[in-house]
Amino acid sequence: MLQREGETRIPAGCAISGFINRDGKRTDGSVIVNSIACMHERSNGLGGGFAGYGIYPEYRDQYAFHVFYDSSEARVRTEAFLDRHFDVVNLSRIPIRKNPRITDEPLIWRYFVNPLPTKLQDSQLDERTFVARCVININDKIDGAYVFSSGKNMGVFKAVGYPEDVGDFYRLEEYSGWAWTVHGRYPTNTPGWWGGAHPFSLLDYTIVHNGEISSYDANRRFIEMFGYKCNLLTDTEVITYIVDYLHRRLEMPLEDVAKVIASPFWSELESGKFSPEETEKIKHFRNVYSSLLITGPFSIILGYTNGIMALNDRLKLRSMVAAEKGSTIYISSEECSIRTMCPDVDRIWSPRGGEPIIAELYENCAERVGK
Amino acid sequence: MTIDAKNLGYDELNKMIKDSADEKFELSNVLGQRYIAAGLSGKEIKITGTPGNALGAYLNGAKIIVHGNAQDAIGDTMNDGAIIVHGNCGDTTGYAMRSGEIYVQGNAGYRVGIHMKSYKELYPIIVIGGKVGDFLGEYQAGGIIVVLGIGVEGCPVGSFCGTGMHGGEMFIRSEEAPAGLPAQVCCSEATAEEKEQIRRYVDRFVKHFGNNTDELLQSKFWKLVPNSANPYKQLYVSN
Repeated sequence: MLQREGETRIPAGCAISGFINRDGKRTDGSVIVNSIACMHERSNGLGGGFAGYGIYPEYRDQYAFHVFYDSSEARVRTEAFLDRHFDVVNLSRIPIRKNPRITDEPLIWRYFVNPLPTKLQDSQLDERTFVARCVININDKIDGAYVFSSGKNMGVFKAVGYPEDVGDFYRLEEYSGWAWTVHGRYPTNTPGWWGGAHPFSLLDYTIVHNGEISSYDANRRFIEMFGYKCNLLTDTEVITYIVDYLHRRLEMPLEDVAKVIASPFWSELESGKFSPEETEKIKHFRNVYSSLLITGPFSIILGYTNGIMALNDRLKLRSMVAAEKGSTIYISSEECSIRTMCPDVDRIWSPRGGEPIIAELYENCAERVGK
Repeated sequence: MTIDAKNLGYDELNKMIKDSADEKFELSNVLGQRYIAAGLSGKEIKITGTPGNALGAYLNGAKIIVHGNAQDAIGDTMNDGAIIVHGNCGDTTGYAMRSGEIYVQGNAGYRVGIHMKSYKELYPIIVIGGKVGDFLGEYQAGGIIVVLGIGVEGCPVGSFCGTGMHGGEMFIRSEEAPAGLPAQVCCSEATAEEKEQIRRYVDRFVKHFGNNTDELLQSKFWKLVPNSANPYKQLYVSN
């Protein structure tokens, strides 16, 4: 029997990488696969995954659900749930290529769905909240089913294995997107299972994370008050929900989200480093959202429909490099990985701890995101 | 020996260097291979590309010249030799370094010289041409760190400089002193005599990358040393 997160502890690094073509140009998945392959040593084969944005233009208005099933029964139950809440426009198994190093795969299905108008109306929720609640419901209530991707015109692809093998397994060269992120896993504490690989996602928000946050339980207790369920017992899942809560539900700008989760130290606030207004604002965040402060080492890349945000912990306990070439922004744990994607960048720099790098599609190429 | 490192794993690449009787190596197309020249003595290695983490870890006398940027933890626990980077380097440069010299033309990341130490004639030196991130000289126990701040506006070191410093010296070329230093670090403007102490290292920096030693040394430098009035030495045992 496969062990799940929390059942055993395997002490161990990780690798992350990502890019966005701000002009909306779509790049096929092989580029991001190569970028992570050159950091092979940072992973240990216990998890790898990708998020691609703009990959389903033919279904751009439907929510794309990617689902893992442990059994056919779980699929039957989940599909019954989906039929009750959504109009399923298309469903199929996600095409894979057998790879000798990727084994024990669950059933992997994809659904393009629209919320049923009557159900949505009855729920008195906005559309995205309705969809998010359905996803949380399936993941919490249906044993053996796990929706691991649920945004529009985007998709998460993850598995247990080295990320380059995971990319091969999911035939990522057949998908093209304006932004991609990837994670190579070296599980800290946990055994690694398919659902536990990164990215973690809810709607179009995805997180890849290198690090180990020490505030997990404080963060979990707070966020679970708002209807989220941290079923996976991993720190990255809670970061995803924090971003969803602050950015989607509270409509906080990402710059401020970064100030909540990687808030400047009190000593820095007292040093007069920030303007009086800024100091007041950060103090407010520190007081009101103290339970959403993320401590411990982390470097993350957040993906969302129109952009990516990279962020380090305040002490910069994990490495992160950023680069720019024309309209493309690159982020990675290591410079070598950026150089595989683009050997001749215009500029390359190391973001400071707690300093978010936010890169978005240019306004004329931005996608419409519903409420 | 010249080696095209393209698509070579770090283990293959390091084995080729180790197994060869040659004394000089030129590595091209290096991309992310870790541990290059780890523990190596008596050889000279020129690298073009982007060498991976822990370049020259435990280096024991060899000389490494990088044309490109280096990544994290160069010279980790190095014992002797020199690493010269014509570019920038990442976090934890010279991590726990015991001796030898590191010269970086551009900027370096967080925690430069963390826990570097010295003993008698073993005296490590790090010279950074540009600026550095936070936690410069964290837990520094010995050796000299010089930050020249060439072309940098304002003080070229980040926050939390010298946290836990209890030995060695730092020299920072800047009009303003580093802000927010911890109580156990003593910061004063370096006298002409004190500056002479680092002349030979600045000279070597200038020899590698250009510039003018006299002009650099004429600028204001801040010297940071642990404050002996607030020693750690009796914190745990009385000796």
